[in-house]
Amino acid sequence: MYTVSDLRKGLTITIDNEPYIVIAFEFTKPGKGQALYRTRLRNMVNGTIIDRTYRSGDTLEPAALDQRSMQYLYHEGGIYYFMDTQTYEQFGIHEEALGDAKNYLVDNLTVDVLFFRGEPIGVNVPNFVNLRVVKCAPWAKGDTSSSDLKTVTVETGYELRVPPFINEGDLIQIDTRTGTYVTRVKE
Amino acid sequence: MNWRLASRKKALVVRAAILQALREFFIERGYLEVETPQRIPAPAPEAHIDAIPADGWFLHTSPELCMKRLLAAGYERIFQICHCWREGERGSRHIPEFTLLEWYCAGSDYHDLMGECEALIQSVARQLGFGETLSYQGKEIALTSPWPRLSVEEAFSRYARLSMSQALEKDLFDEAMVQDIEPHLGVVTPTFLYDYPAARGALARLRPDKPSVAERFELYIAGLELANGFSELTDAAEQRARFLREEVHRRALGKRPYPLPEKFLTELEEMPPAAGIALGVDRLVMLFVDAATIDEVVAFTPEEL
Repeated sequence: MYTVSDLRKGLTITIDNEPYIVIAFEFTKPGKGQALYRTRLRNMVNGTIIDRTYRSGDTLEPAALDQRSMQYLYHEGGIYYFMDTQTYEQFGIHEEALGDAKNYLVDNLTVDVLFFRGEPIGVNVPNFVNLRVVKCAPWAKGDTSSSDLKTVTVETGYELRVPPFINEGDLIQIDTRTGTYVTRVKE
Repeated sequence: MNWRLASRKKALVVRAAILQALREFFIERGYLEVETPQRIPAPAPEAHIDAIPADGWFLHTSPELCMKRLLAAGYERIFQICHCWREGERGSRHIPEFTLLEWYCAGSDYHDLMGECEALIQSVARQLGFGETLSYQGKEIALTSPWPRLSVEEAFSRYARLSMSQALEKDLFDEAMVQDIEPHLGVVTPTFLYDYPAARGALARLRPDKPSVAERFELYIAGLELANGFSELTDAAEQRARFLREEVHRRALGKRPYPLPEKFLTELEEMPPAAGIALGVDRLVMLFVDAATIDEVVAFTPEEL
């Protein structure tokens, strides 16, 4: 069983015998009130999105999923293909079912493909992945946002904020749990 | 170089300017800046606020009790900017060690304080060079007076799927507040939410003409809960009874027991009618630098130490 302190983006739980993945999570506490844990959950079988709010002390049942380590191959027409490197079996998963994980899928990346009742319904990517910066907007000095960071695009098309010293062509490490920049990778 | 720390420079510069603007506002209005101990033997027992133990005592969760003892001793207009600690509070708008501005004014009530709070934030905005609007996370908020005041009961009937009394009866008050009401508050102009159910203001005075509600308010700007104020309860016997009730509730929830703040309860008998308010300084900085998370406006988060 999970407790509310286990809640984070990407956690998979069971509700009414179906697997759900946490796609957004926020700790809230209305003035003088109790702590509440707001989640947005996606049903991993049919894609339905629901909101659930939990209290301290609530427990959550882990999703009943099987995992198989596989290699990411390519994507085509919104389907992402993975291969079991031992059996050479291939599986396709629709991009909607991948959620944020598709931001980190580079060729040959090893991931855990998640199965529910024999069907592939999602993947777990490693906590850290290295991706190359392919587009780097010039840093606008008058940027009105709070921090002196700039937006770049990496090879998967994902956009994120990085320190100003990052250049096009740099390899950067990203924390897939938060989607944020960690460090520049020395090559 | 620590790039995260370096990237916060702009926010930390604005933070310093805000601290200065806050002080100028209060000094100009004849308030005395005070400092009270941050490690205390007995925090105010409140069911859902947990103090961090510190060598047999506790780190304060707010300077409220010490500041009221000052009020009772004749310090009529006082303010303090200090760090406070609340155990287990961590999220995009919460950090266990945070900065609170708290001020008290003898002879005021909660409606007076709403006005002063409005003047304070307008004054900070002017000092920082903002015009009459503020942009936060894509929302344009007009800072021009008057800021609407909405009772909690009205807010429930306007935004929630159930009434305030139904929410209290079904123990869904907090859920309805967070899911249905808060996202609508202060999105066009800052909004005061006032007259909370009596049980939700452990240190607030009940409204004489409507004792089912406490004279308590919260300020919301862009959905951010920024400040909590009230007309202070000055009836020491009533305060003792409420603390005992809260303490029973705390222990029933399996929380760490607190001793009763006896010196505070004794001196409360001499406290003049007054109103007091606590404002989250970190969230005020978030608002003025358009930061999505509290992490962006503090030098270090606990995870980074």
